[in-house]
Amino acid sequence: MSPVVKFENVYKSYPFYHHISGGFKNLVFNLPKAIEEMKKMKFDALIDISFEIQEGESVAFIGRNGAGKSTTLGLIAQVLKQNQGTIEINKRISPLLELGGGFHHELTGRENIELNGVLLGLSRHEVRDKMDQIIEYSELGQFIDQPIRTYSSGMMARLGFSVIAQLEPEVLLIDEVLAVGDASFQKKCLQTMKSFREQGVTIILVSHGISDVQYLCDRVIWIDNHRIKMDGPTEEVIPEYLEFFGLTPIKGTEDQLPIGGAGRIDPGTLS
Amino acid sequence: MQYLNRVFSSHLYDILYVLTRKELKVRYKHHAFGYIWSLLNPLAYAMIYMLVFKLVMKVKVENYPIFLLAGLFPWQWIANSVGVAPNSFIGNASLIKKLNFPRNMLCLVVVLQDLIHFVAAIPVIIGLMFFYGLYPGPEWLLGIPVLCVAQILFTYSLNLLFATINLFFRDMEKLLMMLMTFLFFLTPVVYKAEMVPEKYQAFLYLNPAAGLIISWRELFLNSAITWDFWLSSLGWGIVLFTISSLLYDKLKWRFAEII
Repeated sequence: MSPVVKFENVYKSYPFYHHISGGFKNLVFNLPKAIEEMKKMKFDALIDISFEIQEGESVAFIGRNGAGKSTTLGLIAQVLKQNQGTIEINKRISPLLELGGGFHHELTGRENIELNGVLLGLSRHEVRDKMDQIIEYSELGQFIDQPIRTYSSGMMARLGFSVIAQLEPEVLLIDEVLAVGDASFQKKCLQTMKSFREQGVTIILVSHGISDVQYLCDRVIWIDNHRIKMDGPTEEVIPEYLEFFGLTPIKGTEDQLPIGGAGRIDPGTLS
Repeated sequence: MQYLNRVFSSHLYDILYVLTRKELKVRYKHHAFGYIWSLLNPLAYAMIYMLVFKLVMKVKVENYPIFLLAGLFPWQWIANSVGVAPNSFIGNASLIKKLNFPRNMLCLVVVLQDLIHFVAAIPVIIGLMFFYGLYPGPEWLLGIPVLCVAQILFTYSLNLLFATINLFFRDMEKLLMMLMTFLFFLTPVVYKAEMVPEKYQAFLYLNPAAGLIISWRELFLNSAITWDFWLSSLGWGIVLFTISSLLYDKLKWRFAEII
């Protein structure tokens, strides 16, 4: 069977569009040279990345801030294009949008559900059929008919995840969006994702929450300095990763929900 | 074939539908007068142009108020649809960064929204015409859809073009404001096409907006379809559509990284 996602020797670099070195004077007096230099100046976000993700796997990307995790997710979501290498995507990808992304603040929760559901790939008809389930899942009650500018950030996260939860995704992309919302809703999110996993949904996650990763994912790809540093089962990669940053590993917590405890470590901010 | 399937797939239609409805809802929720604004705008401009061009500059045009309005309503569509172009993509940054969907839909949504406002204003135009003893003729049934097609093509293409350019060159926004003022005065909205000196008449065919405004006005006031101007606007529309689509196709992969 062909993999859901396949990266083969993928390179991605960003040009520095706005970066002008040498100051304005240099730019004016050496214009052709300056333009040439600007063209050469690139930021390598990903270097020679290869991996395959099979159907039903749940994979986490971990690494420092700016290591290239979100770029990888952008490539999987096909909003970015690689400079070299090949990428194969064989299923419908459902990206969980960042907080409030794709929502319009003047519209009510209900109207935003329709908008978001359709943008994420459902038909209007399907959204209408699932509307009651989505609203019930969100636990937003009477707020559902209020404009979402009156929502707190946690409430908005609820709304966003509720749409995803009823989406019956094939491949779920999550970029560090679970950290908001109160403990009880976080718990619900994690349970929903776990049940997705059991249903065979492919989950691809970017997270700094080591305990979330341990709870949800059976495979971890560690990206450091824009390259894959390690790719393997969670229980092998996580201890190495923590050791690398001088932290002590946490015991595997397969059945315990990792909510709000000491398990939340963000090596990105520590290093 | 696969491309055609994508274009006509019902899901694309759904996206267009929810995005257009979103825009309309937002517009009506924000402003107490809602629909009235799309009428008030041309009426207010008609008043000020009356004052300047009729009273002060003594332009000789019969029934100048209705002449102005017959041009200002379609002009408002062009000005709105093209004027907001710099915001079509930038205003939807969070969608573009995360979701892979045909982003040019965002430009079409702008145009459809203005189309709806324009069509909704037609009864008002008819009402105003009654004051001057003018009545709609059967030609309207063919003229309106045909002109709408040419105008959608033109406004969509320009919206897509400026929306794309603005991502890479943010000064486009300021530049466009200037360009729109130029276009307004180079288009026979406040003056008659016949007033343009003989030797410059040909230039009217070089301006797609001129062809459209002349055609709309002829249709509203004389129930006549000016096929030559319509064809020139349509031709320009196709050229602009091709240019903007090629540019968009070439650059769309970089939208998410630059926005």
